[in-house]
Amino acid sequence: MNLFKTTLFFSLSCLVNQAFAQDAMVEHGNEVYLHWCAPCHDDGPRRAGTLALQFVYKGERPAVLDERTDLLPEYTKLIVRNGISIMPPFRKTEINDEELDALAAYLARNNN
Amino acid sequence: MATLPPGVSSADFSTALEQFAEAVGPDWVFSSDEDVALYRDAYSPFWGEEQELVASAAVSPTRVEEVQEVVRVANQYQIPLYPISTGKNLGYGGSAPSYSGSVVVDLKRMNRVLEINERNASCLVEPGVSYFDLYRAIQDQGAKLWIDCPDPGWGSPIGNSLDHGLGYTMNGYRDHFDAHCGMEVVLANGEVLRTGMGALPGSKTWQEYKYGFGPHIDGMFSQSNFGIVTKMGFWLAPEPEAFRTDSVKVYKYEDLIPLMDTVSYLVNSGIMNGRGTFGSPLTRNSAKDPALEELLSRPGGPDPRALERYAAENDVPYWTTDLRFYGLEKANDAHAEYAREKFSAIPGAKFEEGPRHRFPLTPEQQKTADHIVDFGIPNMTVFSGLAMQFRTSDNPNFGDLFYAAVIPKNGEAVFEAQRVFTEVASEFDLPLRFFSSLPSTWFPRAVVMLFSLPVSRNIEINKKTRAAFQRLVQVSEEHGWGEYRAAPAFQDLVMNAYSFNNNVLRRFHETVKDAIDPNGILSPGKSGIWPKRLRDA
Ligand SMILES: Cc1cc2nc3c(=O)[nH]c(=O)nc-3n(C[C@H](O)[C@H](O)[C@H](O)COP(=O)(O)OP(=O)(O)OC[C@H]3O[C@@H](n4cnc5c(N)ncnc54)[C@H](O)[C@@H]3O)c2cc1C
Repeated sequence: MNLFKTTLFFSLSCLVNQAFAQDAMVEHGNEVYLHWCAPCHDDGPRRAGTLALQFVYKGERPAVLDERTDLLPEYTKLIVRNGISIMPPFRKTEINDEELDALAAYLARNNN
Repeated sequence: MATLPPGVSSADFSTALEQFAEAVGPDWVFSSDEDVALYRDAYSPFWGEEQELVASAAVSPTRVEEVQEVVRVANQYQIPLYPISTGKNLGYGGSAPSYSGSVVVDLKRMNRVLEINERNASCLVEPGVSYFDLYRAIQDQGAKLWIDCPDPGWGSPIGNSLDHGLGYTMNGYRDHFDAHCGMEVVLANGEVLRTGMGALPGSKTWQEYKYGFGPHIDGMFSQSNFGIVTKMGFWLAPEPEAFRTDSVKVYKYEDLIPLMDTVSYLVNSGIMNGRGTFGSPLTRNSAKDPALEELLSRPGGPDPRALERYAAENDVPYWTTDLRFYGLEKANDAHAEYAREKFSAIPGAKFEEGPRHRFPLTPEQQKTADHIVDFGIPNMTVFSGLAMQFRTSDNPNFGDLFYAAVIPKNGEAVFEAQRVFTEVASEFDLPLRFFSSLPSTWFPRAVVMLFSLPVSRNIEINKKTRAAFQRLVQVSEEHGWGEYRAAPAFQDLVMNAYSFNNNVLRRFHETVKDAIDPNGILSPGKSGIWPKRLRDA
């Protein structure tokens, strides 16, 4: 019984820790997003990224990047490291791999 | 590994990379194809072709001592280096080197704002500090200071100013190199040099006084390959109380001449301390009226008289200028009133008052106001123009190549430039309307005719862009105009035009280059300056 309780306690605290770690990662990703992505991808006027995505998706998907619910982390990473259209790729000195993981987690936080 | 520095064995290159890694840490030397590809110029008009300028590796130091060590290793193995600060020089070469096979020295991680001095209205920064970073640091400190930034906020005061970049606020701040005060440079032999008052140990005035004592050599480190700049001071403007903008409308073609002269007078006499920008509603509105579009796209360029008739019939001005005044509200009003009187000398000119602001702007104003770089607030909205081209074109642009010629600041010169550039546009089937466009007014005494030529992933389009660029340089040279800045792939061409007295200027640079960088390791070919070993080759 005691063993069961201990195991349960550990499993729960691992889950809680994981959730905290995930939250912290998403929060860190939000910071990366605000620094590197928002200037072109938020909902203000004349945002190049938002305008381009409006044109591409014609309202079928949100044009503001962090309102999306379908951005797979791998896709985010691919675009950040390869660029697309007039958006150049970002170097690892700008967004390092860990920050990119966090950014991808942030953009995937509401995925279905 | 795709590319090696020319003439360097792969064994030496591997050893050099190991030694770079010892200097900066193994995570900050990039040599896999995937990582090196991040240094390609995303807007290269040679994309995917053999002539595309590409790096062999990249190394990213965080401290001056690491930069010195990188330089020492490069000397030992004769590895060409190419320093970048934030590496966002898109349209002028991006983060790619001037010589294929160079190792990019990526200074993005040297990102400390070392000082913000509100009393002296100055700052001291490292190369990786972007305009966004500097702006934020000033806000965090609560200093009432403005930066002057180029349209894209992700570039850096150091990278931008070293390429003679330009911004949008008050006279004296827009020319970013001109607004710097004091530099620290790692020379090709690894020594650290400080310019101006910085040469005085314990100096109290490095960001206060530019010249120090003796020859003022700061300019030699801009658009050059004589050193790696690791710190720079900049003068900042105290936040003004208020801003007003007014516009003047004129209706005849030749009215541009007195319009420009009056703006020059107001600027040069200190009455207007902001930019006077020029425009023409005729070119702006053409999409809305097919009749106008036809007039504008006439082969050989529009007929000024026909456009004048159109302007009169439709009550549209031929030219406009927007005036900008910064400072005390009362003083701005007095200056604008004086400007109104001056412009009234042009028959039919109409003076209209525009928006006014008081500072600081509210967060809402910051988000929505037009062109907030006019208020020293970094942003990225300029890219929306490129995004719109993407929307409308069958062969979407992947960027652009800037051609930027310096033209005298007067109406006659602008007419001549428009005529000459329109001919080139016809020859290369580029949009004529664009080529008859108006000059940019970053500088106080000259204007820049700036054209963004399309860059694509389609080789044929890129070839045409390159050919048009070459032709533009050629016709400019014939007319006594030169470029203020160009992408590395075209720097030989541009420098060749600066050929007075049998290219004495370039020969002088070469003499300096050979003396201070005998192994020719720093940015070979930058601004057309090649080290001896590559000149002879
Ligand atoms: C749509 C668009 C709009 C633009 N608008 C403007 C504008 O308004 N004004 C303007 O000026 N530019 C403009 N540009 C051009 C460019 O984007 C900016 O000038 C940008 O600031 C330059 O990039 P950077 O600051 O990252 O400099 P970097 O790319 O880091 O540096 C530029 C060059 O300077 C040299 N260099 C950099 N750092 C060092 C160093 N530490 N030591 C020695 N040499 C060094 C290198 O040769 C380097 O290639 C625009 C570009 C685009 C695409």
